[in-house]
Amino acid sequence: MLKVENLDVWFGDPPDRVHAVQGATFSVAAGESYGLVGESGSGKSTILRAITGLASGWSGRIEVGGEVVSGGHRSRNFHRSVQMVFQDPYASLHPRHSVDRVLSETLRLQGMDGIDGRITRLLEAVGLGQGFRFRYPHQLSGGQRQRVAIARALAAEPRLLLLDEPTSALDVSVQAEILNLLSDLRRERGLTYVMVSHDLAVVAHMCDRLAVMRSGQIVEEMEAASLRSGRVGTPYAGELLAASSSYRREAG
Amino acid sequence: MTAPLLSIRDLRVAFPTRQGVFEAVRGVSFDLGRERLGVVGESGSGKSMTGRAILGLVRPPGKVTAARMELHGESILNLPERRMRALRGARISMIMQDPKFSLNPVMTVGQQIMEAYRLHSGQGGRMARDKAMEMLNAVQIRDPERVFHAYPHEVSGGMGQRIMIAMMLAPDPEILIADEPTSALDVSVRNEVLRIMDRLVAERGMGLIFISHDLNLVAQFCDRVLIMYAGRVVEEIAARDLHQARHPYTRGLLDSLPRLDHPVSRLSVLERQPSWRDEEIATPFPGGL
Repeated sequence: MLKVENLDVWFGDPPDRVHAVQGATFSVAAGESYGLVGESGSGKSTILRAITGLASGWSGRIEVGGEVVSGGHRSRNFHRSVQMVFQDPYASLHPRHSVDRVLSETLRLQGMDGIDGRITRLLEAVGLGQGFRFRYPHQLSGGQRQRVAIARALAAEPRLLLLDEPTSALDVSVQAEILNLLSDLRRERGLTYVMVSHDLAVVAHMCDRLAVMRSGQIVEEMEAASLRSGRVGTPYAGELLAASSSYRREAG
Repeated sequence: MTAPLLSIRDLRVAFPTRQGVFEAVRGVSFDLGRERLGVVGESGSGKSMTGRAILGLVRPPGKVTAARMELHGESILNLPERRMRALRGARISMIMQDPKFSLNPVMTVGQQIMEAYRLHSGQGGRMARDKAMEMLNAVQIRDPERVFHAYPHEVSGGMGQRIMIAMMLAPDPEILIADEPTSALDVSVRNEVLRIMDRLVAERGMGLIFISHDLNLVAQFCDRVLIMYAGRVVEEIAARDLHQARHPYTRGLLDSLPRLDHPVSRLSVLERQPSWRDEEIATPFPGGL
């Protein structure tokens, strides 16, 4: 479904050029869920942005569903099959557009018909009733907003969803609801996920395989099961695992 | 048992709204000694508002009432702003979540720490400078000379949070209220910042109120935990026993976390009970103080 080969992403011009991603290579099969973990600045979100064409300077090869993309331009077909959900649902929803407008605009842009019926079905799919249809973002809780953002991503009937820290702005109880929703949607619709998160437990719960990133490079690829059992291949992955699983008081 | 640093009974914070009075904090009571007290709960549970009320930072029309709010036996409830300012920073300090919004962007780090110290100690420039350097050392900044002359945008998030701690600690407060001090930080940096706070509590005998939504972190870092729901404390428990918590709300929060060592196909979802808003707390005050 997704093949990334030798991806380099940079920002700025020399001599101040920053190489955010260097030589990243991974592939994700259709129906699989793949995680990218690492600390802030490790380049995990930048990979998603390069895939969707939001990062202008990149080289390497990105293939989505058999289609090789180039530069910052993406075809109509690409936007139909790939959608992204961002971390902060408040920042990613227009504050003065109602849920109805957000969804109908997206559907119209995708050239869909029967928009009214589709909105009803989308809201149902993400567990929001019709009562939410004419609300504005400020009238929704964080979890409800993220549900709207997911509904918007689903509007195009994509096959690949790029999830950039979809629950890190939410309370743990709401996080559980959203993660369950994402699991259900993947099963029902046969979706492929690439999920970026700093939370190893969330990635282990959601993904089959994952890549550990550090300063722009993928240092290790592993199965979620290996992460759970602590069978990691590189010292850095081990450190990350130890640091995130516990805080230990100094002896004495 | 020694007298508590801070003693609070029936703290209430209310805001008038068009739909009537909204109570953000509804009768919170606790004593704080020289310990790490965790306050956990979801957003909107009133945990941050409790911290702000102690510091007198609730703005009108918000109203703070309490049967008792005492620092060393001296009432600090609704003090006039001038007296509150003398207290705030000097005896009770607060660290906020994101250093980016708490540091002055157009002042160097050194100037800011010196200002904080001078205001509260009345000491002159030389002393303040020494103190600022000492504080930067205390929070383990490797190159204090460089950081002293740096502006906030020139330091990383973890460094910024350490600078905030340095600034808050310069006047030697008795109580530190830390509101999600590590939520914006990476795990490796997070543990360093926690270790620094940990040591300060141990060495200076400070009382720490650690406000967080992260139950695992609080269980490992704190001595005692208050769990808040809808403006009330629903359970009070020793941090090491947190995973054996009895209140269904605490249990629900714990169970909704994905865990590395315990794979599940679906996460359990919290079923909120209306009774949690008002029933008696699971470990009634003054149980285990």
